[in-house]
Amino acid sequence: MKKHFIFLCMFLASGLLLASGEDIKLEHVQLNIKDLGSLKRGADIFYSNCVGCHSTKYMRYERISADLKLSEAYVKENYMFNTDKMGETVQTAMSPAQAKKWLGTLPPDLTLEAKLRGDDWLYTYLLGFYPDKARPWGYNNHVFKDVGMPNVLESLQEELGEEKFKSAMTDLVNYMAYMAEPVKVERESLGIKVIIFLLILLIPSYFLKREYWKDVH
Amino acid sequence: MKQLVDSVMDWVNERIPVSQLYKEHMADYYAPKNFNFWYYFGSLALFVLVNQLLTGIWLTMYYTPSGSEAFNSIEYIMRDVEYGWLLRYMHSTGASAFFVVVYLHMFRGLMYGSYQKPRELVWLFGMGIYGVLMGEAFFGYLLPWGQMSYWGAQVILSLVGAVPIVGDDLTLWVRGDYVISGVTLNRFFALHVVALPIVLLGLVVMHLFALHEVGSNNPDGVEIKEKKDSKGVPLDGIPFHPYYTVKDIVGVVIFLLVFCSVIFFFPDGGGLILEAPNFEPSNALKTPVHIAPVWYFTPYYSVLRAVPDKLGGVIAMGAAIAFLFVLPWLDRSKVKSMRYKGWMSKVALAMFVVSFLVLGYLGTQPPTPGKTLAAQVFTLIYFLYFIFMPIYTTMEKTKPVPERVTG
Repeated sequence: MKKHFIFLCMFLASGLLLASGEDIKLEHVQLNIKDLGSLKRGADIFYSNCVGCHSTKYMRYERISADLKLSEAYVKENYMFNTDKMGETVQTAMSPAQAKKWLGTLPPDLTLEAKLRGDDWLYTYLLGFYPDKARPWGYNNHVFKDVGMPNVLESLQEELGEEKFKSAMTDLVNYMAYMAEPVKVERESLGIKVIIFLLILLIPSYFLKREYWKDVH
Repeated sequence: MKQLVDSVMDWVNERIPVSQLYKEHMADYYAPKNFNFWYYFGSLALFVLVNQLLTGIWLTMYYTPSGSEAFNSIEYIMRDVEYGWLLRYMHSTGASAFFVVVYLHMFRGLMYGSYQKPRELVWLFGMGIYGVLMGEAFFGYLLPWGQMSYWGAQVILSLVGAVPIVGDDLTLWVRGDYVISGVTLNRFFALHVVALPIVLLGLVVMHLFALHEVGSNNPDGVEIKEKKDSKGVPLDGIPFHPYYTVKDIVGVVIFLLVFCSVIFFFPDGGGLILEAPNFEPSNALKTPVHIAPVWYFTPYYSVLRAVPDKLGGVIAMGAAIAFLFVLPWLDRSKVKSMRYKGWMSKVALAMFVVSFLVLGYLGTQPPTPGKTLAAQVFTLIYFLYFIFMPIYTTMEKTKPVPERVTG
């Protein structure tokens, strides 16, 4: 009985939370995971800014190299910091103990972040840092209140200017969307073949049925 | 060559009646010739069942049922196993497709009175399949070990605690731990891949045997066995094979067009098939803001939430399913098909369908006072469909049923 009311309160509270969350309008981001140039630019930003703290433990270096058509040398030079094996997954060099000490929380693994949060949320989040003296790093975020992450992209934002920074963030989200489901391009191209095959198969199966059913009635 | 085949078949038939079974269930099984669109979903359910079994077996080869590795092994299947992503999407989309097909199949039964005498057992075995399917889906949903898997199971298993007196001990016994843990995961895995599939297959065989004994119903609700020719063949019957096999092939291809469109282009189903919070590994210390079951359970979840008492809610949810079981004894109508029933039955069925859909929608939403009230109203309508059925099916004026099937 008591538990039920706890659940009920939880549901009601969650409703309120969602309702208040809807106040912040997510900015829409137009992605193209077939755009290898954009994916490469996104990966460049990701591996020079994010993997210091975040792992992408389901993403292998050789997969990045194969899918983004980047040479092994390029991947090793620019994306690989704490291993030399292409078959390895991307692990941050920061230990959990260090993370706890420096940030007070464990930075989440980002492999599936785009599936978990959604592309628009990520884009809005990346553009959503604002100064807040009350926070330890001097920044807060519009879509992730009291976020533990410092505004690491601040210098990039200043260097690029507003328009170019937005385009850079689009590339970054594009890469993260690719990373969350690397097979998406292959999936869709196979899908078109499967659908065409089925449409062709429909023709003889329809006429077979019609032929047999001629003698019914 | 033909002689060799014949002699081999004779040898086999003297020992096990293969040819006889083939005749009874395929070539000499006479089905009404007037099956319409709604009659595709039975064979499609069988087709999806085979899909689930095959993809399930292959997934089991790579999946690791343990608290620490389950989530990782799913990503391993999605990324490192050749075509693992396809197997996984076929299985996850197949689960939703199974319920789509089964719900349409059941609606067909409601519409044409396929549960009525002499098909009560066909209906009961079918309902058994539906019940086991719900268990299968519930146990399977925990296996990816994401946040929604974990907390969904946490909420539903806590319902066991509503049992008076022994509730808490019973929950502990079912769960095997004080919270959902690797222990729970392993037992759900055993139930999902071994226990329930065996029961499911047994029930499917019984469902078909019972059906082939009494014969299929049809959109007119006319018993075709009552009008036979001199050879004992129903005048309105046609052999299941080849007529319905070739027709069902068309159904399967069209179904596959839809099914594959989802698998290859919308495998997440907009969050209905794969929910976003499930892309985060389960975390016993972090409750998601909004916990909702997968769409095919949401009508019952709404019923559960509509009752402002835990035990009452569980009873209402059980009753919502239990009423379906006794449908053959609630419908007192002289006619089977909705085509010949009166307006009251038609309105009642329409209201039932609307309430099922609305409750389904409400179950996906976080509750607000308004939505809770709506859920209560539609829960009432849901139950009134069954409670008043003996009355309106007796009272209403039915139309005359034709001697033979139409069209």
